[in-house]
Amino acid sequence: MRSFTYERATDAQAAVAAVSRPGAKFISGGTNLLDLMKLDIEQPGHLVDISRLPLRDIEELPDGGLRIGAQATNSDVAADPRVRTRYPVLSQALVSGASGQLRNKASTGGNLLQRTRCPYFYDTAAGCNKRNPGSGCSAIGGFNRIHAILGASDSCIATHPSDMAVAMTALQARIELLDADQSVRRVVITDFYRLPGETPHIETVLRPGEMITSVVLPPPPPGRQLYRKVRDRASYEFALVSVAAIVSAGQETIDEARVAFGGVAHQPWRSVEAEAALTGRPATMATYRAAAEAAMRDAVGQGHNDFKIELAKRTLCRTLAQLAWGAEEAR
Amino acid sequence: MTHLNAPAQGSPDLSMRIEYWRAYPALSSPDVRHYGQPVALVVATTFEQARAAANLVDVEYAGAPGCYDFAACQDQTYAPDALIYGAIPPDTSVGDFDAGFDSAPVRIDVRYSTPYELSQPMEPHACLVVPHGEDLIVHVSTQIVDAARSSIVRTLLIDPERIHIITPYVGGGFGSKLRIHAETILAALAARALRRPVKVALTRQQMFHLTGLRPTSSQRVRLGAQRDGRLVAIAHEVTMHTNPRSDFIEPTAATTRSLYAAPNRLTSHRLTPLDLPRGEDVRAPGEAPGMLVVESAMDELADALGMDPVELRIRNEPTVDPEQGLPFSDRQLVDCLREGARRFGWERRPATPASVREGQWLVGYGMAAGIRGHIQVPTTAQVRLAADGTAVVQTDMTDIGTGTYTVLTQVAADGLGLPPDQVRVELGRSEYPVSMGSGGSWGAANSSTAVHRACQALREKLVAAARNDVRSALHGLDPAGAKFSDGIVSIDGVSEALSEIVARNYPDGVAADGQTPAMRDDPNYADYSIHTYGAHFAEVGVDADTAEIRLRRMLGVFSVGRVLNAKTARSQLIGGMIWGAGAALEEDAVVDLRSGAFVTRDLAQYLVPVHADIPEVDAVVLDGYDGKANVLGAKGLGELGICGAGAAVANAVFNATGVRVRDFPITLEKVLPGLPPLDD
Repeated sequence: MRSFTYERATDAQAAVAAVSRPGAKFISGGTNLLDLMKLDIEQPGHLVDISRLPLRDIEELPDGGLRIGAQATNSDVAADPRVRTRYPVLSQALVSGASGQLRNKASTGGNLLQRTRCPYFYDTAAGCNKRNPGSGCSAIGGFNRIHAILGASDSCIATHPSDMAVAMTALQARIELLDADQSVRRVVITDFYRLPGETPHIETVLRPGEMITSVVLPPPPPGRQLYRKVRDRASYEFALVSVAAIVSAGQETIDEARVAFGGVAHQPWRSVEAEAALTGRPATMATYRAAAEAAMRDAVGQGHNDFKIELAKRTLCRTLAQLAWGAEEAR
Repeated sequence: MTHLNAPAQGSPDLSMRIEYWRAYPALSSPDVRHYGQPVALVVATTFEQARAAANLVDVEYAGAPGCYDFAACQDQTYAPDALIYGAIPPDTSVGDFDAGFDSAPVRIDVRYSTPYELSQPMEPHACLVVPHGEDLIVHVSTQIVDAARSSIVRTLLIDPERIHIITPYVGGGFGSKLRIHAETILAALAARALRRPVKVALTRQQMFHLTGLRPTSSQRVRLGAQRDGRLVAIAHEVTMHTNPRSDFIEPTAATTRSLYAAPNRLTSHRLTPLDLPRGEDVRAPGEAPGMLVVESAMDELADALGMDPVELRIRNEPTVDPEQGLPFSDRQLVDCLREGARRFGWERRPATPASVREGQWLVGYGMAAGIRGHIQVPTTAQVRLAADGTAVVQTDMTDIGTGTYTVLTQVAADGLGLPPDQVRVELGRSEYPVSMGSGGSWGAANSSTAVHRACQALREKLVAAARNDVRSALHGLDPAGAKFSDGIVSIDGVSEALSEIVARNYPDGVAADGQTPAMRDDPNYADYSIHTYGAHFAEVGVDADTAEIRLRRMLGVFSVGRVLNAKTARSQLIGGMIWGAGAALEEDAVVDLRSGAFVTRDLAQYLVPVHADIPEVDAVVLDGYDGKANVLGAKGLGELGICGAGAAVANAVFNATGVRVRDFPITLEKVLPGLPPLDD
């Protein structure tokens, strides 16, 4: 492996100052970065450890929302009683991800920034515009079963692997950032991620040196919430397709709906098309089918992943139906 | 070190019947035969330095077209010209298959495919070689000590006396450590050149290109039956990938020859050369993919006949081995089927596919039969009694997580009438008596038989010594009635401590050797068809919307002769059943058809079952004793657990959904198109 230096940041301001040097990266739980360093995919010269910063708390906000510190572990967030009762979709998404051991180490901020599991990204001998800009995309025309069906480009068809971020997208979480110049800004999660375009190596709007300090959950939207993850085995596996849905239905019609997909795109995929197709419509399978068709209208398969289009439709329909039936637990 | 400066090495002698003993040269040529082949070895004083240095090596390759696509290269398929493992004919034919099949009122003619699979034991392949004068002390993770030594000797062209193998504990092998690989040769070459200890350990990613690979296969099965279910014709024709320079043939259709009665039969193995890593033995070589397919096809026949799958198998139970005509040593397949059906509640199986729904889940039951040949290989062991009455067992047999230490302790304690804490078992060194190690499920039965025989020889020596010793209480008594128990030797109520007999007659201790002969030297193996049997039952749920398949419960009932240790046997069988479930639903090493690289190159991409995939699994072993197999009546069972297990799961998927997937593994996208539309 390559040599690197390491320092432990004492506070957030010092952390962003420390990471401003070239080749520096933040490290928190290390559940993704260390693997990538061992494989020579990430090559930081300097690591700034932010895992011990006082950013682990989950705070009540006056408007009824929650602020989740970026260093709160996935396990802590999933188990928090306020998250479980007010944002069950987030708790469900978190516990469906990784393993207990990984969730104990993985941080909220790190989860948002985890890299794709595209096998060609992991293979330093393969072309990958995300790993090595300009080297091409080996997944196009290769083995692309887990790849994107929405928002992909000729440069990259990778997917974002997070479950947590899909639930946060449905919840329209805001990400709080601290810049190297000590300025603070908030970005709605749907604006935080970038589609691959011609620059798939740039995955978010984070500026160099900028650090995620917290994630703010707005007050829970009305209605029921559900996260449904479809995967090749019962645990410890990334989503082929996942759906985070929040539906508020009256006697006759759906008043409000939030729909986000995982496993289908370079970022957690909010489907405003599906939301529009649900709002004001009766809570019937016909409505759900129309929403699913709307959500996948622009979907394109790459060959091995063609099935994801139908799978995403069916998963959305079933998730919505389960919400309508009032099933708290999907399964 | 590269091919430019690597020492001259021996070439593999392809005429050697068992390949595990052959030479395996590394860095011996500039030619790259497959993706991932080692081209250079970098040695450094720390692991981190070595990794950093290896990253600095730039390699320029001259490209050439390669053949990586099994389906596209079928026109190059040929018939092998050698026996499988030097013993099994690739093709067999009995009666007139075509006429029999054509005359059958009910016919199944199906083609299945199975993927590339890998063993991937928890402990990666690794070797530490320590030079000691001209000698090399080789700490290597291997299943067969003698084969590792032979391969090093033949590759390094070194005197066998110079090589000392030490491998007391092995973290799993599953066939991938039957032979050594590049890690061992590279470590030995470097240690010899540097005169310093050198350790080479493969990364998990490297294991996908540098250790055992199960060939991908295309299998055509034809079954012709009467309307009452009796088979009149069976054909199992297999095509698999092989290496262009050195064939590897997995005996995929071989056990089909002994499974069901039918007058007209045909089996064959064909090879398609590809520029991929060469195939090797992966756990249950042949039976794992072969039984998966044949037992799936039998389920198709049961469905076509409208017959209970258990009954169909019972109806085709042979009275003698259907191809060899030999009597069975001990065949209890029907007992396994009946006992399994009873315990599993098979009568609750939905007779109509896709007819049971519980909430989100389509529920189905499936079953399959299992069969595997028992293999006897030459094995030697020595048992030595010290003057204090304690025993030491020595053999170069290995313990690869299977419990060899435990089982041989039990056998020696039984054989000498000693408490287990008076027995010490020493394994895994080339200085010890030679065995064929662990593999082919032969290890426990073969080494136990040799240890048992050594104990018998010791008993005879001791009783004879006591009888002829005027100082012994047993002097002059008839040795035929001698009993050994709790450290006491007794004849007709007269007894003496074992330790006293040893101390008085053999103050320096006494040893005896025991042997298990090769099958060709044991007439039972020519006179009888010696197999183990099983019956698998599985219940699955298939999500009606997403086609996710989740195993709900699984039961295997087995007949293996006598069980040497109930706990290790159960663990082995359950492990095999889980392996079968993974083969049915998850395992798939995917080749990038442009480069010949395995894309699924770690255990995040190459899926095997996790705990959450495996709910209630039970393995039941019928009481038994197969005296034709060996004096202990015990047969190998590790790989039997796999045989048919995956087919039971696959058949349950069909029963749940009505969808028959003939391309393993059964991943959800293969089932999804056959599911009903979303209901309202």
